[in-house]
Amino acid sequence: MPTAAEPLLQVRDLRTWFLTDSGPVRAVDGVSFDVHAGETLGVVGESGSGKSVCAKSIMRLLDEPARIVGGSILFKGRDLAHLDDEAIREVRGREIAMVFQDPMTSLNPVLRIARQLIEAMTAHGRFTVAAARSRAIDLLRRMGVASADRTVNSFPHQFSGGMRQRVMLAMGFSNEPSLLIADEPTTALDVTIQAQILDLLRGLNRDLGTAVILISHDLGVIANICQRVLVMYAGEVVEEGAPEELLTDPRHPYTWALLHAAPRIDAEAEDRRLITIEGQPPDPRAWPSGCRFRARCPFAIEKCAEHPELLPVAAGRAARCWVTQAGGALHSPERARAGGGAGVAAPVDSSAAVPMLEVPILEVSGLHKNFPVPKEAFFERQRVLRAVDGVDLQVFAGETVGLVGESGCGKSTLARLVTRLHEPTDGKIIFAGTDITHASQAAIRPLRRRMQMIFQDPYASLNPRMTIGEILAGPLILHGIAGDAAAAATRVDELLDLVGLPRQSVRRFPHEFSGGQRQRISIARALAVGPDFVVADEPISALDVNIQAQIINLMVDLQERMGLTYLFIAHDLAVVRHVCDRIAVLYLGKIMEVGPAASLFARPLHPYTRTLISAAPVPDPRVERTRRHVPMKGEPPSALNPPSGCRFRTRCPIAEEVCALQEPPLLEAAPGQRVACHFPGRLS
Amino acid sequence: MIRYVVSRLVVSVAMVLLATLVIFLIANTVPGDPVLTALGDMAASDPAQVAEFRARWGLDLPLWQQYWLFLQRLVHGDLGVSISSRRPVLQDIIDYAPATLELATVAFILSILVGLPLGVLAAVRRDTVIDHIARAVSLVGVSAPTFWLAFIALAIFYGQLNWAPGPGRLDAVSFPPDRITGLLLIDTALQGDWETFHDAAAHLVLPSFVLAAATLGLITRTTRAAMLEALSQDYVRVAKAKGLRGRRIVVGHALPNAMLPVVTLGGLAYANLLAGAVMTETVFSWPGLGRYTFRSAVTVDFPAIMAVTAIVAAIFVLVNFLVDMSYALLDPRVVKK
Amino acid sequence: MSDIALPAIASPRTRWLRRYGLASFGAVIIVAWVLAAIFAPWITPYDPNFVDVAMRLRPPSASNWLGTDALGRDVATRVIYGARVSLTVGMVVVLVGALFGTLLGAVAAYARGWAEEGLMRLTDLVFCFPPIILAMAIAAALGIGTVNTVIAMLVVWWPKFARLSRSLVISQRSMEYVEAAQSIGFGPAHILLRQIIPNAVGPLVVLVTLDLGNAILVFAGLSFLGLGTVPPTPEWGSMVGEGRELVQQWWVATFPGLAILTVVMAFNFMGDGFRDWLDPHANRR
Repeated sequence: MPTAAEPLLQVRDLRTWFLTDSGPVRAVDGVSFDVHAGETLGVVGESGSGKSVCAKSIMRLLDEPARIVGGSILFKGRDLAHLDDEAIREVRGREIAMVFQDPMTSLNPVLRIARQLIEAMTAHGRFTVAAARSRAIDLLRRMGVASADRTVNSFPHQFSGGMRQRVMLAMGFSNEPSLLIADEPTTALDVTIQAQILDLLRGLNRDLGTAVILISHDLGVIANICQRVLVMYAGEVVEEGAPEELLTDPRHPYTWALLHAAPRIDAEAEDRRLITIEGQPPDPRAWPSGCRFRARCPFAIEKCAEHPELLPVAAGRAARCWVTQAGGALHSPERARAGGGAGVAAPVDSSAAVPMLEVPILEVSGLHKNFPVPKEAFFERQRVLRAVDGVDLQVFAGETVGLVGESGCGKSTLARLVTRLHEPTDGKIIFAGTDITHASQAAIRPLRRRMQMIFQDPYASLNPRMTIGEILAGPLILHGIAGDAAAAATRVDELLDLVGLPRQSVRRFPHEFSGGQRQRISIARALAVGPDFVVADEPISALDVNIQAQIINLMVDLQERMGLTYLFIAHDLAVVRHVCDRIAVLYLGKIMEVGPAASLFARPLHPYTRTLISAAPVPDPRVERTRRHVPMKGEPPSALNPPSGCRFRTRCPIAEEVCALQEPPLLEAAPGQRVACHFPGRLS
Repeated sequence: MIRYVVSRLVVSVAMVLLATLVIFLIANTVPGDPVLTALGDMAASDPAQVAEFRARWGLDLPLWQQYWLFLQRLVHGDLGVSISSRRPVLQDIIDYAPATLELATVAFILSILVGLPLGVLAAVRRDTVIDHIARAVSLVGVSAPTFWLAFIALAIFYGQLNWAPGPGRLDAVSFPPDRITGLLLIDTALQGDWETFHDAAAHLVLPSFVLAAATLGLITRTTRAAMLEALSQDYVRVAKAKGLRGRRIVVGHALPNAMLPVVTLGGLAYANLLAGAVMTETVFSWPGLGRYTFRSAVTVDFPAIMAVTAIVAAIFVLVNFLVDMSYALLDPRVVKK
Repeated sequence: MSDIALPAIASPRTRWLRRYGLASFGAVIIVAWVLAAIFAPWITPYDPNFVDVAMRLRPPSASNWLGTDALGRDVATRVIYGARVSLTVGMVVVLVGALFGTLLGAVAAYARGWAEEGLMRLTDLVFCFPPIILAMAIAAALGIGTVNTVIAMLVVWWPKFARLSRSLVISQRSMEYVEAAQSIGFGPAHILLRQIIPNAVGPLVVLVTLDLGNAILVFAGLSFLGLGTVPPTPEWGSMVGEGRELVQQWWVATFPGLAILTVVMAFNFMGDGFRDWLDPHANRR
């Protein structure tokens, strides 16, 4: 709780610039905030907003050519910005600890966990090696690492991502620091593991009284833990306040935009389009002179040409905005849309929700895919990874089917099987009445005009050596859609119009575009041949929230205009709920539950679906407090050796003896809703 | 772990066998009749002698049986008789190998002792004077022809300045020690003949530096690149965030990771030093295996060439095996439980 | 407020020089040598093979800038003519080896299965033999001469390119743009030749450039031993070999060696430059 006492950390007008050859990049440009002892402070913002650089500045962990060029960082009476190397070394790890985003690369692969934990303690001379060792085991146990006295001698590669993040937290808390900075600590983790880690962090803050700065792009994560939130944009803090107020009644248009761009798992969507703001953040080499958000702001007024200060707007709240300076709230999104004038005036949720056709466009039955695991020794038995292990699925024309599950559940493999990038080991795939299970690539080629795919990584999915024109014209010429170069060029222009990119793009190369623009190109390429079925493999997970919303809107528009059918793969339940008619939940290569989106979320019948939904955070602390959280035990087992019977039983809160003996079949438990569970609906 | 070692061992043995097959095939498919080269023109004109020779060496048998005989002889240490020296090849090799082994080992130690610290320092103090020196050293090391460096070294330090002794392993006035290992430094030390020890050591200085130059350049370059890579990793930032001292981060965290590529290179480099000593030995009149191989090549002494090539291939495979093993020790990810 | 002086912004010209200065320097040296090799008869004052015993072993002077050798031939003239053999052999060995190895490696990697396995074992086998020793053995078997030495070098040269192109193709093969091309319906030949190889060319160009110096070194070494170019054809390695006993007449061996050094260094500069150019985040500078 913030107290009247002197703050633990006082950052004042911090400026951290990257002094590059082509001029300074002003990544952090005048940031001020306080952290009180024991407080949890959240920092949100999209990539490039300066939130990570800010954290690294506090720890003085900046890489060349970043430099703190101004301001002060007062911590317990010392200015960290001006400490010499030895003095800042004594602060690091001892008084301020830091946990980073990627637990897979944060641990040294060739050193044992024990050594990495022990040296964190002995480096500050507070523990002997023996004392540090027993403390390391205690800490691991506190972090929820099973049989800590044994695993402490493991190497990092023997640990999963979630376990490694627990090790990192143990390391962070090992010297009882008064401040812990966690930089996107759960971004690389699955949603159930994220919930476990956030729980742990909350408990540690409560029990040990360590202040926490939690950096995240996810408002839901922040809302769950933090007592106070900073919103960063373009190197500045644009809004500050308690999450209860800031997330329900934002006073900066950027916070407002962030809040409305992300679909919420607890809200029924009446329209699949999301509220987006135009454009991209400004260039950090030359910030605009006035309000840095002005060019994208739907509320901008004349005064915004002047640079606003971060000023109080209510008790305990501040915002950097001329519009809300008087204390007024920003209006609700409905009015904004009317003012913004969306391109396509769509009827609210028309035919898309209820698939009427009886004949499925895609029918998958008993599908298996085994991958051989590379042998480590010469005469080892060949092991197989059962990535997809008996999946039945139907997709009807015009609907959007969502495929969700944690990493390693086989959802991407399934996408590559139905598009026949991989050949199935067993089972059957019927697309538009044709059996394509084992068809040769040449035999499938004509069908590829009807079936296309959008990929996850906008940076890897476009050939870097080809221009946009070549990328889009290739499919047209291959399938004989455009007779000559001129016809192809015309069609390419149409495609660019369709996805909202300028026509001049044809001559440019992929690296000249941003992530969102590249994903538009990827969509245009998929649509070039005029497909009616599109498989989208996590098309938005690599993008910032606002760009995600733009891409979702584009996909929804295109579906309405061209009558597309989508198989939409994602790990984000809120997004899936928002865009899909039906949803299939995958776990270790098998479908656990499949049904209409609305009923699946209203009444999940499989315990896995239930825990997944409860693990996804909602960006509203008040709602979050009323939600029932179902804790999920442990980590997903290896797909090399799935559990007997029901494969979810090892993590299931309601598993009984029968679950280990018998595999539950996928049966209809409610209209249109099929569940593979011995006790459907028991966990509510 | 045992499974890993055994499976690597099986692969290595298979590689050596394949290598001997290749050598055997090269020897049997090259133009030129081995009978002619072995017997000489006079004897080869006598059909009886030729037939007797063929029968004796199994040359009238099918090729695969010949290979089998070749392998059997190889296992018994019978590498044939050198055409030029008229002695068993094995004896020749025992005589010549220690000189090369000594030279290559000293050169190898030298390049590790200089190259590794230089590479680490260059990476840690990037873009400073030491980095520029390291880069210049490695550039000249890998770009300068060994035989030319040998000549320059001899011309300057022996010819002009007379700081170093001339070619050969010992001065003409020194008495070579009784042969125990054939390695002069060890033999003299064992016999307490320190005067000859110093002479042998002095004779080693120039050739080993010359031979080390290329390896040193490569090791410096690889160490520097591997250290830069390791220092940019997330775990190094984590180590800083823990409050570790700079030296501890470099030695305790970055170096163990950077060692992995350096070990691979080091193993290969040592095997190459053994083989690549040819030119250094030629300039320094060093009575080693390299010169022996070279002489055999010029005189088309096939038994000798085959034997040397087989032995060198075996050493290559052995060194590769050792590299794999040390890799498994250094990197826990290689052998999973 | 700002207590740290900001560094001056480097002009694009300075930045370019800092990044590619050495590489351009290398390119200039190579171009100079190539021109010298082509126009050797016009720019050299003497006949490279003109023997004049009266003029033997003269130190560098105004008439013989780099002195004369044991047969009274002008060292400068022979060094310039020597570039012909060295550069030609280097380029032939590396380009032929690279073309052959790259195609084999790429096809094997894309085909997978036993073709890939077999090729890798074959390269393993060649790697068992140190290049110089194997080249010596082959040169001995085929007979001594420039062409035979080139053949011997090619035998040991192609595998590294096969390995590199295989690993490049494998790393590209799993990229999403390749899957995208497949899902559009492009065939394997199109994907390998039009999509993958253009993306794998960069690292290959770097290796080819760095390797040119290496090939020149190895060939010069073999010639030095008397296993490469046969006298009296001027060749740098054999010139050093002819002068290696002449410690007092240092110029005979020193200058051809320096020629090798400059060429190999220049190729190294160029290779590093290519690497920087391909990888904007390179760990250098």
